[in-house]
Amino acid sequence: MKPALLSFRQVCFGYDQSALPILESLDFSLEEGRITAILGPNGAGKTTLLYLALGWLKAWQGEIRLSGKPIGSFGRRALGQQIALIPQSEHLPFEYTVLEYVLLGRAPYLPPLGMPEPADEMIAYEALEKAGIADLYNHSIMEISGGERQLVLLARALAQQPRLLLLDEPTAHLDLSNKFRLMRLIQELQQSGTSILLTTHEPEIALAISETTILMEKRGVLISGPTSEITTEENLSRIYHVPLRIISVEGRKQVIWI
Amino acid sequence: MSSVSTASAVLKTAAWHRSRRWILLWLSLGLIVLLTVSLLLGRYPRTGLISWERLNQDELAYRLVFNLRLPRLLTALALGMSLSAGGLVFQMLFGNPLVEPGFLGVSQGAAFGAALCIVFFSGSAVLVQGSAAAFALIGLGLSYLLARRIRYGGWVLRLVLSGVAVSALFSAGVGILKYVADPMSQLPEITFWLLGGLSGITWTKFLSILPAVVLGLVFLFLFRWRLNVLALNDETAFSLGAAPKRERLLLLVAAVLPAAAVISVTGMVGWVGLIMPQIARRIFGTDTRLSLPAAMLLGGIFAIVCDDLCRTLLAGEIPLGILTSLLGALVFVLLMISRVVKVER
Repeated sequence: MKPALLSFRQVCFGYDQSALPILESLDFSLEEGRITAILGPNGAGKTTLLYLALGWLKAWQGEIRLSGKPIGSFGRRALGQQIALIPQSEHLPFEYTVLEYVLLGRAPYLPPLGMPEPADEMIAYEALEKAGIADLYNHSIMEISGGERQLVLLARALAQQPRLLLLDEPTAHLDLSNKFRLMRLIQELQQSGTSILLTTHEPEIALAISETTILMEKRGVLISGPTSEITTEENLSRIYHVPLRIISVEGRKQVIWI
Repeated sequence: MSSVSTASAVLKTAAWHRSRRWILLWLSLGLIVLLTVSLLLGRYPRTGLISWERLNQDELAYRLVFNLRLPRLLTALALGMSLSAGGLVFQMLFGNPLVEPGFLGVSQGAAFGAALCIVFFSGSAVLVQGSAAAFALIGLGLSYLLARRIRYGGWVLRLVLSGVAVSALFSAGVGILKYVADPMSQLPEITFWLLGGLSGITWTKFLSILPAVVLGLVFLFLFRWRLNVLALNDETAFSLGAAPKRERLLLLVAAVLPAAAVISVTGMVGWVGLIMPQIARRIFGTDTRLSLPAAMLLGGIFAIVCDDLCRTLLAGEIPLGILTSLLGALVFVLLMISRVVKVER
């Protein structure tokens, strides 16, 4: 049997060794080519889980494997070619142009002293086209809107050509039209073969695009499985501590509170 | 259609890069011309350029040009390049346009070392240089160790905080030393050192700092694109296949060593490391592939011009630090309010 793309086995993690762990006995695996949502309230440890998957944080106990191999056994560049990250917010202190910024996504393919070549610029520009912001390539990243900036980060991740794309609350600061646009792009990306793991605190996002959902509450995973089976009124009410109802509008599920 | 626009965008970008590379080439040529002119420029036998025949006939002129002016010029070049390149690296890594290479305890450490030596060992030039260099590195080491012990904040915040604290400690130390120094002999020497200058440069001094300067600058130059990646957040840089902590430390050391070496022989020369990187970014854009070499060249040119003015304007020397602050700030203000130089594409 083909190993899962990413698997967590009995993973335990915390930031402070003298305190209790934040995440305990995490157990789940991602299949290749799926969109998976990590759904949970603020402070449940969604971002922490994402950074464990990135290899940035090291588990106290347990094992995280990428394509069957321990994630720690990958070299820095090799891992960079496999996994890309779109953080929730990124501090942008200087006026890069959009193209220069997206070009940074080619870093894992270059040796430490290497410079991007015209071929890399082509890939970066194509990534901008896929993200639908090619006409902005010459603009400064400080001048564009928040929604466009999120698309620039997506384009940088595309230029990285990863197998697994991690997104941390990708829709948190977006208005409705940008939210819709981003979700479309994520779905297109999946169709071209990239696996996606995203965190969100909005059940609608999980319901709209993910096939698998990992429900989290404080200290770990509550349950994981197919989105339609997992996101029940009972489960959602339990993690958010608010009575919730799921209604269906024109065949699409929506969560409302009562 | 899309492939056509891709090609045109890539071509446009390439054309822009080419035009900036031409500017870099012109700057390099300008630097060489400036070096030659500066070598002949001075106040002997009268203010102005020395003639070629005179140089060949006059033993004193020959010695003046090749034993005094040449090492001094080369040190000015090293000073400008090191401080300005170091400043750019610091500003990128700290995501803060207001830092310069001396701020991690290096400048104040060097000042303390020099003052200590002047007061207690009424030091020879070599001793003062050695003590300044040693305390510059001690300042850096202390800042780094302290940053590791601070229990909150990100890596950048911790380094900034500890740099500020260590610099304050050393500058208090300098204050005490100035207070106890002999006001007739030692105090002027300390003050002069703190204003910076290249009047005491000899071949020995220049050669003593050369290895650190060359090693550091070559290293930074080779890493010039990578610096962009390391300017990003920790997690992002990591996701792009970098080892942010290790690589940043390496770059910091490579940026500090040349700066510390230069400061140890020239004293404190302010504003070069702060302003030249800003000017470089303004003309060449943020991408460090271009802005780092640009900062090196501009810094070198700026330091040489300032030093030329220092030694020719008046019969006595003007301390270099005064002119770099004055000119640097003026140029900076002009650049900020002018609309001509902008990264337009």
